[in-house]
Amino acid sequence: MIEINNLTHKYGQLTALTNVSLSVPEGTLFGLLGPNGGGKSTLFRILSTALLPTQGEITVTGKDVFREPHAVRSQMAVIFQSASIDGKLTVYENLRHYGYCYGLSGRRLRDRIDQLLSQLGLSARRSDRVETLSGGLQRKVEIAKGLLSRPRLVLMDEPSTGLDPTARQDLWDLVKRLNDEQGITFMVTTHLMEEAENCDMVGILDQGRLVATGAPDRLKNQIGGEVVEVKSGSPEKLAESFTQRYGIQSEVVHGSVLFESEDGHTMIPEIIESFPGQIQAVTVRKPTLQDVFVHYTGHGFENGALPVPDEIGPDE
Amino acid sequence: MGVRFYQRSILPTYSLWGREILRFSRQRSRLLGSVGQPALFWILLGAGLGEIFKLPVSWQEVSYLEYLFPGILVLIILFTAIFSTISLIEDRKSGFLQSILVAPVSRSSIALGKMFGGTTLAMLEAVLLLLAIPFLGLQMTWGSLITLLGVLILVAFALTGLGYAIAWLLDSTQGFHSVMNLFLIPMWLLSGAFFPAEGLPSWLSWVMVINPLSYGMELVRAAMYPSAQASLLAWGITVLFAALTLGMAVFLTHQPETGEWRMA
Repeated sequence: MIEINNLTHKYGQLTALTNVSLSVPEGTLFGLLGPNGGGKSTLFRILSTALLPTQGEITVTGKDVFREPHAVRSQMAVIFQSASIDGKLTVYENLRHYGYCYGLSGRRLRDRIDQLLSQLGLSARRSDRVETLSGGLQRKVEIAKGLLSRPRLVLMDEPSTGLDPTARQDLWDLVKRLNDEQGITFMVTTHLMEEAENCDMVGILDQGRLVATGAPDRLKNQIGGEVVEVKSGSPEKLAESFTQRYGIQSEVVHGSVLFESEDGHTMIPEIIESFPGQIQAVTVRKPTLQDVFVHYTGHGFENGALPVPDEIGPDE
Repeated sequence: MGVRFYQRSILPTYSLWGREILRFSRQRSRLLGSVGQPALFWILLGAGLGEIFKLPVSWQEVSYLEYLFPGILVLIILFTAIFSTISLIEDRKSGFLQSILVAPVSRSSIALGKMFGGTTLAMLEAVLLLLAIPFLGLQMTWGSLITLLGVLILVAFALTGLGYAIAWLLDSTQGFHSVMNLFLIPMWLLSGAFFPAEGLPSWLSWVMVINPLSYGMELVRAAMYPSAQASLLAWGITVLFAALTLGMAVFLTHQPETGEWRMA
């Protein structure tokens, strides 16, 4: 569905994306995971045809995004992070407007709007001005807007921004339902690990590079059986001792030493007895996407942003 | 081809035009700013300056209130053009403009929809002021009234296009306000709206000669008097002005975004 080849984008001197290549099969619920400033929004805007990249190739359903932008645009829905619906207009008027922009009109458009409103539970609000709706409902209107033209691909940029946990859950349930029942391909950006867990496939973007791609479970299994997290007052020193003594490669994140091991739990008694006074707590757990991120980048999730000046930040 | 043109150009233009009208109908306080303020200027300046301000000999028979009237019509149009195109900056900050740009619509229809919307609103508001014509004792014929409306549409279209091009290049409404104060309002002041070119220092009259709005102003003024005849030059330059701002608006909308700096 999406093929990206060696994509690079620069904002002046700053490189926001470096040689990104990615293939997303049709019907996938794909999550683009990364810290804010990691390049997600830039990649998103390029895919949406809103931004012309410095170099690289992208095709969507076999059509080149830059040579045939209209062919791509008519098969794709784009839901930006900031609202695209007009608060002064009613739900119906907004949908009618976007229907016109996608070449729908007359009876066909009216029927489609009615169908989507009832499908998304918005029928009762059709004549209300959008500015009177809750954030969660506004997001649903955005989705209804996107689905008007029956797209095969939906791009969503940080869709859960500003939503409370219930609305967030509703949103993801809806996305999964549309993906399952109608086979619509989704590409969703997020900086939240727990959201990425919902996806069939995730791509991890860090400092403008795509460092890993795959199903969340596969990525987690790849990095070993268990993650051991040792909290310490002097984590750097401890990490060094671990390397000398056991030959383990570990990372220091937030005052803890993290390492991966096939059967980490068996090492705990040994560790605790060998470093008296240096250890505050030890945790053993199955790997999370957070661990996957640390594994591939060598640093914590929060440190993954590029040093982007505010004015030209790719996050609008 | 026909269907595609309808879907990608006509429908989106119509829809964007309709949105401008709908939004305006729900923010009626905008009328105060774009009609109320100029109308108030007109009455206060007309009454206040009428006695002391001496118009040149060729304008002896015209009261200052009457002289200022066509200028105020153009000011209403200018304000409406500004208010309706400044929203382009807000539309870019929200996802509205972005979403239109990633829809399969022709880029020209984005500029045209906005410009038709601004022009329509400007005309609606200008017509409100035209209701004052009987009270000025102007002897207008139906023919000259139609000419006047046509001229006003042309000027409104040109100014909306200019506002659109400015708004496209700026990324803050504050920036737009600076441009308005430093460029658009002086352009109006020096168009013959406020005082005629006769008897001015030569540098000032030169500014009026190169100001394209001066010629639109001449057309508006001429249309109000059935005996007056606007010059062919005034028609030519005003049509060119409108064509040029339309061209700029369309050209800018066609430029692909590369994420470079916009003027803050």
